[in-house]
Amino acid sequence: MEFLSDIASLINSTLRISTPLVFAAMAGIFAERSGVIDFSLEGKMLMAAFVAAVGSYYLGNPWLGLLLAIIACVCLSMLHGFASVTHKGDQVVSCVAINILIIGLTTALAAAWFGQAGLTPTLNEDQRFLEIHLPFAEALRDIPIIGTLYSDILSGHYVFVYLAYLSVPIVFWIVFKTSFGLRLRAVGENPSAVDTAGINVFAMRYKALAVNGVLIAFAGAHLSTAVNANFFREMSAGRGYLALAAMIFGKWHPKTALIACLLFGFTDALQIRLQGVELPAIGEIPVQLIQALPYILTVVLLAGFVGKAIAPNAIGQPYIKER
Amino acid sequence: MSNIVVDKSKVPWWVSNVIVPLVNLTLALLVSGLFVFIAGENPIEAVKLIIFGSFGYIQGFAYTLYYTTNFIFTGLAFAVAFHCRLFNIGGEGQAYIGGLGVFLVAINLSFLPVPIVWLLAIFGAFLFGAAWAYIPAYLQSKRGSHVVITTIMFNFIASSLMIYLLVDVIRDTNQMAPHTVKLPEAIWLPSFEAFSGILGIKIRYSPLNLTFLLAIASLFFVWFLVWKTKWGYEMRAVGHNTQAAIYAGISPHKNIIIAMCISGGLAGLLGVNEILGVSHKIQAGFPAGYGFTGIAVALMGRNHPIGILPAAFLFGILYQGGSEVTFEMPNITRYMFVAVQGLIILFSGALENLFRPQIESFFVRRLNREVNA
Repeated sequence: MEFLSDIASLINSTLRISTPLVFAAMAGIFAERSGVIDFSLEGKMLMAAFVAAVGSYYLGNPWLGLLLAIIACVCLSMLHGFASVTHKGDQVVSCVAINILIIGLTTALAAAWFGQAGLTPTLNEDQRFLEIHLPFAEALRDIPIIGTLYSDILSGHYVFVYLAYLSVPIVFWIVFKTSFGLRLRAVGENPSAVDTAGINVFAMRYKALAVNGVLIAFAGAHLSTAVNANFFREMSAGRGYLALAAMIFGKWHPKTALIACLLFGFTDALQIRLQGVELPAIGEIPVQLIQALPYILTVVLLAGFVGKAIAPNAIGQPYIKER
Repeated sequence: MSNIVVDKSKVPWWVSNVIVPLVNLTLALLVSGLFVFIAGENPIEAVKLIIFGSFGYIQGFAYTLYYTTNFIFTGLAFAVAFHCRLFNIGGEGQAYIGGLGVFLVAINLSFLPVPIVWLLAIFGAFLFGAAWAYIPAYLQSKRGSHVVITTIMFNFIASSLMIYLLVDVIRDTNQMAPHTVKLPEAIWLPSFEAFSGILGIKIRYSPLNLTFLLAIASLFFVWFLVWKTKWGYEMRAVGHNTQAAIYAGISPHKNIIIAMCISGGLAGLLGVNEILGVSHKIQAGFPAGYGFTGIAVALMGRNHPIGILPAAFLFGILYQGGSEVTFEMPNITRYMFVAVQGLIILFSGALENLFRPQIESFFVRRLNREVNA
């Protein structure tokens, strides 16, 4: 039974750890399917974490913090669009600029306003999201298998965890089953054909970036107002890049991207467990190697040892309307 | 949307390469001033402190040039790869590993004559940095893994690897902190104090050392390599139009690998300045963001050595003057200057076309008027 509960808690933490990655990967799908590279997921996630933490500290309500985070991230997405869609600047440079700007700005402002070496004040219970315990979770706990599945794995997560997994079928439906999705994908594959059909390429890309901003805000708010109760320096810790790698590995498709996100989440959940454990034949693995596992996994996945990824055709190219 | 059409051939070089970058820089600094204001400090006072801190006294100026040295290396590193259309964001990790190369060579070969140790240590830095860039280059070229993500991941991996080595393998066992032993004093690179004595100037301490000259030499090296050799031409051809380059018989794979290795090697040279020149030991996290700053330096300097030198100097001023600001203004931390870098990358990189058409057409019209008059 102890083995079973170990597995249950491993799955539980996998679901929790994957949550920001899932939001970020879904956000990335919108931007990149429309033909706009988005390496700035990292910076936007960090911005959302900062704004959500500061917002709910002052307003006393985590939902208002989330709302502010959404506004901030949509603004950053619009900035990315302004530089790379309207002014046809280099998309990667624009993303790098946003990432570095946000790393600096969030920590600098946190230090200026709260003075605690780049930390925002700890949020109390009213100011942050709490774990949701599903009905009857306690009563059902003792039933074998079903109890474990329901009470230990499905119940007791933050609202973002449920929203993240809910977002995957919704994103799938929008991107592949609606006319908006069809246009979105067409803009990323062959913008001039879309333009000929009378659809505004620039407007489509801006819309895609707006959705991208909304989704990524959830990832940041999850970090600073749910799993943690404050913002700290560089708390996104490369998750934006991991999510991007998951999305590429998932071939810009929500379902496969979800699987890749869960794989990253699982590696991370496992690495926490592996620290200090003696493995048979190998001995104790250095803690630094274990901590580097998600990053090494990213490189391995991107190297495409499991098949080559084909990006949307027009990705990274600014659209130039012919005169 | 601007509909201004400018005949590029009529635009004088100094408009597109001097005026436009200066306008972009000014915009970035204006927004930075706004951030300083939001943080609760006076931007004008901050500028005064920056200028005093970086020029006001000889030691401060020496610090400015010391930072400039680092930024020349990382700026050149980004620029070389960029000419092959590769975004090497991994300067940070390559510099870290380059530092390991310097240290290993210097500590193991310190019995050799001093100038030879220096040369070998420089070579070691270049080699280790290049090796760390090789894997992302290979994966980009052969497997199509985007070099931005892999180099970022290699920064994280380099950091983990170095912490592991510093804690468990090469740590100075007499110390608690994770750093190595000091190199023997005989092989330290001569610092500015030694020279200033000869010139009759007395200063207590400065981190400026002989590596500054290596940085200047690197500027010439890159200029020659990228613009004056066959390889440099091939590399730029691959960056400009890969299909055309293949048609001309140029191998993209070879050029991607060489461009990234030279880029990584140049970033690795930062280790020479930091370890052979200043701290004489490897400390955890010694690249301290210089690698990322290199991106801003290169973009501001339009990826050309002639532009990178003043851009690196400007960032030297910002860093040294910035430490004066963080000392005097409690609300400003060094992260404010990270944000300033982001703004400079934004305005001189991504938004470089914001006012370019307007400025160029303004000058073209004015010059035409002069011709007609």
